[in-house]
Amino acid sequence: MLIYFVFVLGIGFALKRYMKTSTDFFLSGRSIPAWITGLAFISANLGAQEVIGMGASGAKYGIATSHFYWIGAIPAMVFVGIFMMPFYYGSKARSVPEYLKLRFDEKTRGFNAISFAAMTVFSSGVSLYAVGLLLGSLLGWDFNFSILVAAVIVLVYVFLGGLTSAIYNEVLQFFLIVFGFLPLVFLGLRDAGGWSGLQVRLATVATSNGFAPGAWSESWRFMGDPSSNPMGVEWFGLAMGLGFVLSFGYWCTDFLVVQRAMAADSMSAARRTPLIAAIPKMFFPFLVILPGMIAIALTHQAGQSGFALPAKPDGSLNYDMAIPLMLGHYFPTGMLGVGLTALIASFMSGMAGNVTAFNTVWTYDIYQSYIKRGASDQHYLWMGRMATVFGIIASVAAAYVATRFNNIMDMLQLVFAFVNAPLFATFLLGMFWKRSTGHGAFLGLLSGTLAAAIHHGLTLPKGAFVGIKGGWFGHLHTYPSEMAQNFWTAIFAWTTCFIVTIVISLLTKPREQEELRGLVYSLTEKPSEQHLLWYKRPVTLAAVVLFLTLLLNIIFW
Amino acid sequence: MGLDIRTPIGLMFAIVGALMTIASFFLNTEIYHRSLGINVNFWWGIVMFIFGITMFFFGKRDSSTVKPTAESAEGLKIEAEEHRSGVEVDTKNENE
Repeated sequence: MLIYFVFVLGIGFALKRYMKTSTDFFLSGRSIPAWITGLAFISANLGAQEVIGMGASGAKYGIATSHFYWIGAIPAMVFVGIFMMPFYYGSKARSVPEYLKLRFDEKTRGFNAISFAAMTVFSSGVSLYAVGLLLGSLLGWDFNFSILVAAVIVLVYVFLGGLTSAIYNEVLQFFLIVFGFLPLVFLGLRDAGGWSGLQVRLATVATSNGFAPGAWSESWRFMGDPSSNPMGVEWFGLAMGLGFVLSFGYWCTDFLVVQRAMAADSMSAARRTPLIAAIPKMFFPFLVILPGMIAIALTHQAGQSGFALPAKPDGSLNYDMAIPLMLGHYFPTGMLGVGLTALIASFMSGMAGNVTAFNTVWTYDIYQSYIKRGASDQHYLWMGRMATVFGIIASVAAAYVATRFNNIMDMLQLVFAFVNAPLFATFLLGMFWKRSTGHGAFLGLLSGTLAAAIHHGLTLPKGAFVGIKGGWFGHLHTYPSEMAQNFWTAIFAWTTCFIVTIVISLLTKPREQEELRGLVYSLTEKPSEQHLLWYKRPVTLAAVVLFLTLLLNIIFW
Repeated sequence: MGLDIRTPIGLMFAIVGALMTIASFFLNTEIYHRSLGINVNFWWGIVMFIFGITMFFFGKRDSSTVKPTAESAEGLKIEAEEHRSGVEVDTKNENE
């Protein structure tokens, strides 16, 4: 673990001398090869909510959790690479909010920049909170001390090397996570008697919870009706809410991931970034969900296996501990160090990703736009470093706020549903419908977010109480699970934003077509990729990725 | 010029892998009861070592490094755009 920390900081120092301009610091001088940005693309997302949250969902819902990947992330990543990247990269925008300004107007950008900045600080705080919790429960470190160590390390390497340093460290963290978790999956599966052995064990888990035997090991078969699968959702809510609205909203518009692709060294490298990322991403369920599934299977035979998930004070199982405890169960001294380091690395990469996105949006979209315009490049570089310090301090504060909420995953889904879900409708219309206008986009976003809040305020998941779970306006409808409620909140938000944007756009004056060149699909030349080798062409890559994903869906149907 | 990311990654995995493999000879074999009797430290140490050496080798052989803005075509375009739109003043002189 010490060796890892030394290397992380070493990369920061080694890159310090290359950080001469603000473009170096925020966009890596736009000079990074596609395979590096590609790995950073998924690694930035691989924070606490991914590793701990997906492991926890694997235990709670079984293989159905893979929908987050095989119907959610992958199609969205293909879409952003093929259709949206030409506008992000080609428009010379330096951030996602800046694209909104070029395409629509100042107020749309301001709304997005501010809500996004708040969200990154919150997510980075959650990562930090997870580090503190983990080091506390596994190594007995003090919560405050753990948070401080992690925050200072991230601060130093981002402060020194900017985005390049964050991206380099994300690649390092990516390999560390793969190497730290692979033996866990291998040992766990071997212990459970392979995939077929695990299926048998999970069947008893399913029947004892009142579901059909395959509910934990078959991802699609029980999606016909919300009452027959542990997630409590049906196929339409799943495909539209998670697959279309939430996943596309996240992977296509979240600057945290898009920033990685924007650092690529050419248009085709930028387009390949999410596609290269999709290949390891589609196998991540085996790395993070399977250990959770094995954990619940072992817990059900605690007598023989000697492994059990701990219970929370209210009697339900503490699913968030699935992955950390599995590491402790299977790894001996030595390997355990690597496994824990991998876990901490994932939290730090998640945090660093948020911090770099935050300092860029703050400096370019808030500071340079509204506070101090037309200063020297050195001044903005300095501001970026200050924003890094401020972002980390705010994350530490957010981490202490997070100690008050217990379910990380549901909480984040809620925030994404409020802010991100309507956003994808705005981008879709902005990029593919040249008639859409700034007023339309802004009011659409506003009403979409409002619709999400109202929907959340009027509904409740089954068995929950009025409060953070919803229902604070009254109680109109009960969803079978919190997840179903989140998916439907997203669907309502997206639809409202989509319709309001169209109506207002038709009522307001459109912009001159000439101004929209390079920003809208029908007015932009398609990038030619004929000169590239066939396996480097984004479209070929996309076809391969989609085919493999379809195959995985069918195998685990 | 520049730093190829494969070099530090390779170096780190090679060192950690080597340490794990060496340590596996000194550790009490009883600890492998947890890992179903498999000496994970030894085997996984070797895998990580080989991976590290391979990465290090490729990092040294060809270079795909990050360039400073002043040397990258796309980076220069961004700088030019910033100056054109007036969000930033020229900084060439301050850098020298």
